[in-house]
Amino acid sequence: MADSAEAIFGQVVDAARAQGVTEVEAILASDTSALTRFANNAIHQNVSERNTQLSVRAVIGGRTARASTNRLDRERIVSVVEQAIAITRLTESDSELQPLADPAAYPEVNRWFESTADATPAERARAVAEAIGAVEAAGQTGAGIYSTEESCFALLNSRGVNASYRETTARFSITAMAGDSSGWAKAGACDLRDLNPLELARTAARKASQSSAPRELPAGRYTVILEPAAVLDLAGQMFADFSATAIREGRSFLNDRIGKKVFGDNITIHDDASHPLQSGAPFDGEGVPRRRLTLVDGGVVRDIAYCRHAAALAGAAPTGHGFPLPNDYGETPANIVISGGDSSVEEMLASTERGILVTRFWYIREVDPYEKIFTGMTRDGTFLVEGGRVTAGIRNFRFNQNLVEMLSNVESLSATARASGEETFDMVVPAMKVRDFNFTEVTRF
Amino acid sequence: MKDLALRALDAASRAGVTYADVRAIETRDRDVTTRNGKAGNVSCSESQGIGIRALASGCWGFAATSDLTKEGIERAAALAIEIARSGAIAKKEDVALAPEASYQATWVSPCAIDPFSIPVDRNLAALLAVDAELRRNPAISLAETAMRFVWQRQVFASTSGSLIDQTRTTSGAGFSALCYKNGEIQKRSFPNSVGGQHQLKGYELVGELDLLRHAPRIAEEAVELHSAPQCPEGEFDLILDSSQLGLQIHESIGHPIELDRVLGSEANYAGMSFLTLDRLNHLRYGSEIVNVVCDARLEHGPGLGTFAFDDEGVPAQSTDIIRAGEFVGYMTSRETAAAVGEKRSNGCMRADGWARLPLIRMTNVSLLAGEQSLDEVMGADHAIYMETNRSWSIDDKRYHFQFGCEIAWEMRNGKRVRMLKNPSYSGISTEFWNACAAIAGREHWTLWGVPNCGKGQPEQVMGTGHGASPARFRKIKIGSAYGG
Repeated sequence: MADSAEAIFGQVVDAARAQGVTEVEAILASDTSALTRFANNAIHQNVSERNTQLSVRAVIGGRTARASTNRLDRERIVSVVEQAIAITRLTESDSELQPLADPAAYPEVNRWFESTADATPAERARAVAEAIGAVEAAGQTGAGIYSTEESCFALLNSRGVNASYRETTARFSITAMAGDSSGWAKAGACDLRDLNPLELARTAARKASQSSAPRELPAGRYTVILEPAAVLDLAGQMFADFSATAIREGRSFLNDRIGKKVFGDNITIHDDASHPLQSGAPFDGEGVPRRRLTLVDGGVVRDIAYCRHAAALAGAAPTGHGFPLPNDYGETPANIVISGGDSSVEEMLASTERGILVTRFWYIREVDPYEKIFTGMTRDGTFLVEGGRVTAGIRNFRFNQNLVEMLSNVESLSATARASGEETFDMVVPAMKVRDFNFTEVTRF
Repeated sequence: MKDLALRALDAASRAGVTYADVRAIETRDRDVTTRNGKAGNVSCSESQGIGIRALASGCWGFAATSDLTKEGIERAAALAIEIARSGAIAKKEDVALAPEASYQATWVSPCAIDPFSIPVDRNLAALLAVDAELRRNPAISLAETAMRFVWQRQVFASTSGSLIDQTRTTSGAGFSALCYKNGEIQKRSFPNSVGGQHQLKGYELVGELDLLRHAPRIAEEAVELHSAPQCPEGEFDLILDSSQLGLQIHESIGHPIELDRVLGSEANYAGMSFLTLDRLNHLRYGSEIVNVVCDARLEHGPGLGTFAFDDEGVPAQSTDIIRAGEFVGYMTSRETAAAVGEKRSNGCMRADGWARLPLIRMTNVSLLAGEQSLDEVMGADHAIYMETNRSWSIDDKRYHFQFGCEIAWEMRNGKRVRMLKNPSYSGISTEFWNACAAIAGREHWTLWGVPNCGKGQPEQVMGTGHGASPARFRKIKIGSAYGG
């Protein structure tokens, strides 16, 4: 990939020079992925895709624009460069536009594994068949996915940036359905040998069995024990606001809150691209190395992310969290690590007289952008906890929860784990026990 | 393109393959945005590839590639077949397809002005004028404008003998004004959130939307919301504008009528549906004035779900979904139609480009216009009128929903009494539609585009159409998003 990226970039530079343009950046992204999907205890959708895209950005006198193609013959490469230059020349000049980034050193990370890259349809099918067997043995119906992916990414510019990265990802997710209940489990890893589909299937089946004959509880405020996937999907909704551009534009809940105590003492959050459980490139969309950020320290909001443009406006250093230019959002932290505590889900249950255990949330949407109220549903394993243990499954709730309040009401945290959900990207998070969680309505199942 | 599709079909037509189809697709798109007086995302892209779907050993396999060399196509075809065969280890029964005739057709969607013939600087000039108008109001913190254009040509070829060449052009445009003040963010959008209005049209859509004319009012409303009282909590009659009603249709009718959801295909991700098979023709979905169709035909309008053939070669159709309040139809594919004993698919299989497998997706799921005048819809003694979606959420069986809107007004005898901020409403899908008391007529009916509907694993994003006119609903739960 690195060699072919350099060769293609040479063609990009030549084509740009022929148009009288010297400032040019190219991104070459290649992706090969496959996903085996099952439902009703049978494989029903079984797919693969392979694509390579070249994206070219020109910078001409304070102007910039991008053109992309997935046709990589010499003629199309020249054409996409010409197109990028043509639309760049038609934009308005911006005195604040940054020149292309300069070369930098990047931290070493190894997130590419042959075991994942070389996974075959037959291997995925065998693992799925075994997982289905576990769910069927419990008299249940299973649905889910087993996916493997290899992605390669190279960013080069005419100032000498030559950043490349490759990664593999494997994911297994399963929903087990009993007559009137369901259970779910999911995991992701760069090395598929770190996944255990059979164990995930057994977890989902156990949750489905435990939540059968669900009781209906009235809406209200409850102590909740949120498993890591639930923490991830809900807390994960706020990190785009840790952005200098979002704050400058008035669309962040951190407006007037930087340096202030916003969350509880026990909440500390970092953005750390080098964390061993994290994934993603160690550089951003302009080739700036990702710096470790302390977003929240003991409940106090500390660092925010700066792309090069936002950093220049603020007189700060770029943090390596910018999106490829041009874009509408500036930057965002992307490697979230929420510090854990010394508790465990079992201890949280044991210490709860009456509360609710939540496996996952679903369809989370922002209700209020500054108060950071989110709504959503519980799903696939919601339990009543009484006297220190799970006593029944319950019908699913709708919540309308203020995130600032939630992260101020955390009573205990478990050790951290890499969690996978469906509403945001994987993060490293603990389980949390939270008091006064706001369930506002109940659904029919 | 046709040669490419036929070459790929040849490569997939091997011993043991009982059916195969191929989609060769070329796509071009352009995005132009502005933010606070400057160009934002100005970009264009093109993409070409093939997706090959093969049925072997009674199972589906699908492989897609952008490598369009002879070797690349043969590799993809072989992989599709290998994938299909691998599925036999976890198979309950062979896939069966409802019968469908073969077609040779060429279709191009109506497009008066090719959006790609308009230079980017003209796009920017139009958007910057709107942006400047929004920021004439000094309290606006962020003015955002956007245009998006997509051109796609698709050639579908199948071992049944179909060869269908379709070209579709879609356009979208809109803007928003955000006001941050005193620890509160308020935002207004026009003509809708989600980037504005999106239709199967060319650049003529941008002229029809007349964005500039509406900019001062939208900016003023974003600012005025800060001093408006909070929308009260309680049970009230609710009036929805047609754009919010479009999303209400999408979430509480469109998704639950997807037959693949009903049959469990989406159980792990998008979820299932409360519309189990026993409910068909046995459920009062809405009041007697509620009539909903799923209609992909051009005569329904220029929707994001309008086409001539779906992505498994079935002609566009109109299907009754709710007739005088009764639930009478699902959206189907050839496989799901066969599974429930239907004679034929009603043509709802759509894929997000060449790299993804067709799934049952909404085409244009629309509430037919009613017989009331707008004054009659608005004319309740006391009601709350809401406009423009701000948030949306519904459970995984599509029973319980909650929507937030950007703005509302308290109405008395058809008159706006006062503006209300942070409005929301919630309910159970069938209870909500049974509370429908008035629907405005055809002159107020708009076919809205939802450009960001997600479904499937790997996730696919699809554009869908939803026609609606303003409507009134009795005794709806309002305001619980801020309750508790």
